[in-house]
Amino acid sequence: MAEYRTHVLVCAGAGCVSSNCKAVEAALQDELEQVGLAEEVKVVETGCIGTCDLGPVMVVYPEGVFYQKLTPDDAREIVNEHFLKGRIVRRLLYKAPQSEELVERAEDMDFFRRQYRIALRNTGVINPEVIEEYIARDGYAALGKVLSEMSQEQVIDEIKKSCLRGRGGAGFPTGLKWEFTYKAPGEEKYVVCNADEGDPGAFMDRSILEGDPHTLIEAMAIAGYAVGARQGFVYVRAEYPLAVERLSMALEQARSYGLLGENIFGTDFSFDIGIRVGAGAFVCGEETALLTSIEGKRGEPRPRPPFPAVKGVFGKPTLLSNVETYANICPIILHGADWFLGIGTEKSKGTKVFAIAGDINNTGLVEVPMGTTLREIVFEIGGGIPHGKRFKAAQTGGPSGGCLTTEHLDIHVDYESLKQVGSMMGSGGLIVMDEDTCMVDIARFFLDFTRDESCGKCTPCRIGTTRMLEILTRITEGKGEEGDIEKLEALAHAIKAGSLCGLGQSAPNPVLSTLHYFRDEYEAHIREKRCPAGHCIALLKFVVDPELCRGCGLCTKVCPVGAISGKRREPHQIDTDLCTKCGACQEKCPFDAISRH
Amino acid sequence: MKSLDELKKLREKAQETIRLREQTEGTKIIVGMGTCGIAAGAREVMLALVDELQKKNLADVVVTQTGCAGLCEKEPLVEVVRPGQPKITYGYMTPEKARQMITSHIVNGQVIGEYVIAREDTVS
Repeated sequence: MAEYRTHVLVCAGAGCVSSNCKAVEAALQDELEQVGLAEEVKVVETGCIGTCDLGPVMVVYPEGVFYQKLTPDDAREIVNEHFLKGRIVRRLLYKAPQSEELVERAEDMDFFRRQYRIALRNTGVINPEVIEEYIARDGYAALGKVLSEMSQEQVIDEIKKSCLRGRGGAGFPTGLKWEFTYKAPGEEKYVVCNADEGDPGAFMDRSILEGDPHTLIEAMAIAGYAVGARQGFVYVRAEYPLAVERLSMALEQARSYGLLGENIFGTDFSFDIGIRVGAGAFVCGEETALLTSIEGKRGEPRPRPPFPAVKGVFGKPTLLSNVETYANICPIILHGADWFLGIGTEKSKGTKVFAIAGDINNTGLVEVPMGTTLREIVFEIGGGIPHGKRFKAAQTGGPSGGCLTTEHLDIHVDYESLKQVGSMMGSGGLIVMDEDTCMVDIARFFLDFTRDESCGKCTPCRIGTTRMLEILTRITEGKGEEGDIEKLEALAHAIKAGSLCGLGQSAPNPVLSTLHYFRDEYEAHIREKRCPAGHCIALLKFVVDPELCRGCGLCTKVCPVGAISGKRREPHQIDTDLCTKCGACQEKCPFDAISRH
Repeated sequence: MKSLDELKKLREKAQETIRLREQTEGTKIIVGMGTCGIAAGAREVMLALVDELQKKNLADVVVTQTGCAGLCEKEPLVEVVRPGQPKITYGYMTPEKARQMITSHIVNGQVIGEYVIAREDTVS
């Protein structure tokens, strides 16, 4: 086989798939055939490269040129210009949001340059469907090392020494979990991976499963060896069909190479992994509910202790971690705990993957060392807020977390600092909000989510979230009453104190956090019937600025309820009693004379 | 997989296939692939370069392409950029000369003077 002179990496993460990367790839292949370059240029499908907002994207090696927002026609042009004639297609390059400069190479983009990739080291670089590409990047070397050179205790000590903490939420020391499971009495033990990623806006686990499934398989096998298990389960949500497909394929390949199964590397160690697909309940991401669901029962949480390390799936000692946590294991084994200790802050070592979403230029997935400031993540890597708007807040920890405001932009993000300001790391969702975001409505959104997802086992969670949602809805509709804030606070504390699992215990957090930092917005809604961000429709008033209005009459034509009147060439008026606040007039006005307050 | 050796062999073989994606600080060979270059046979030259590099197992050499440099008469042009050395431009290249150049210049460090058409003395 002749060696390819160019590799084209086409992102096939779920984000790019939905922006039609498959058609781009097909056009690319077709054009390569037509101009006779198919033998010289290799097209590789990879997992998520991270720049989901720019998709479909491709990276061309060896130059490292990054092309974005591609159509099938663009792909054909790249073949003819770049691959055939060596001319980079400049109009398809990435433009830096602040400086407006074109950036040629992926590694020169702020988005990539400021990242430190451990968990995502292979996603977007290898073809996840080809095990050899994983092996080429030291894949399964950590498992080999562990089985040939290290005792179970040594493996556990190395993980303990690295101070790796769970990346799924609470940040419990991973090494301790391994030790507890190892020491728990019992012949039969299990290793389970929580891939039931449910926080709105978080998708790091999905990207690892889609882009580098073998890293999970290898790490689970290492964990299996360390704690003395021979069976693993990956609990993955059914909403991730591509992840399930790629993981199943990876499991097959690992088995065919004997990297799973009996007597791995000729040792006594045997291990295999099964997939359990969740049915879409958020609560199943809670560890006890997840274990119950694996057993085939209804996914409801149970009290702890006993902790899973003692009594987990089928009542046996079980090690349970999430995908990103496992993705850190192989590099720690290969490079040593000391290497890992050199990254991050005093109490939070290593890196964290964040899914940046919301009002941000570079929506996507980034991995940064612990201790990176929020400002760097939002403004340098994330490229800042679109349309020149101001940053208002960022929600971390999803529906269990809280918000960070402008005063927190310079905090060094790690487990402790986030907790200190009333939020949490959570799984790493980071939702950025600009000045037009109403914080009461955000709290309502998250409460709506947790109310929906409450399993109903505990009354405080089931009924309490419903009552809180009713009050919040009332406030955003302009029907808030004096005392509502106090009621919300009382309910919040009762729910936190009276719920069995993490879902209920953390469900009121978004309300408490927004109340803490944006209490004035709640008060404006309740007392002045005004939404300071201009978001809550029921509280808005559309007014015509008589200075700007030329009386063209376009608004009267577009108004569906006939609420606007006025003589031609004279300022018009809006009848607020008739107005349904649809906003059509504001969109239509050529002079920007209509505003909402 | 019965032994670590087996994994090592598989890894070495597999690394060949993804080497192109690793960013290297080594030698860069740039082939002029404008219309003029292609018409003069730059494609064949490039394929010969890639093939020869693979045969000689030269991992840290990257072959890329560029557009027309303006010197269409002397196409196919091949530039060799090595850290700390002046840029050498070869003209009138053929697949045979390209293979010769790899052996002499890239492997043994001997620039083939008779093929050189330009030497840029600013050290890159």
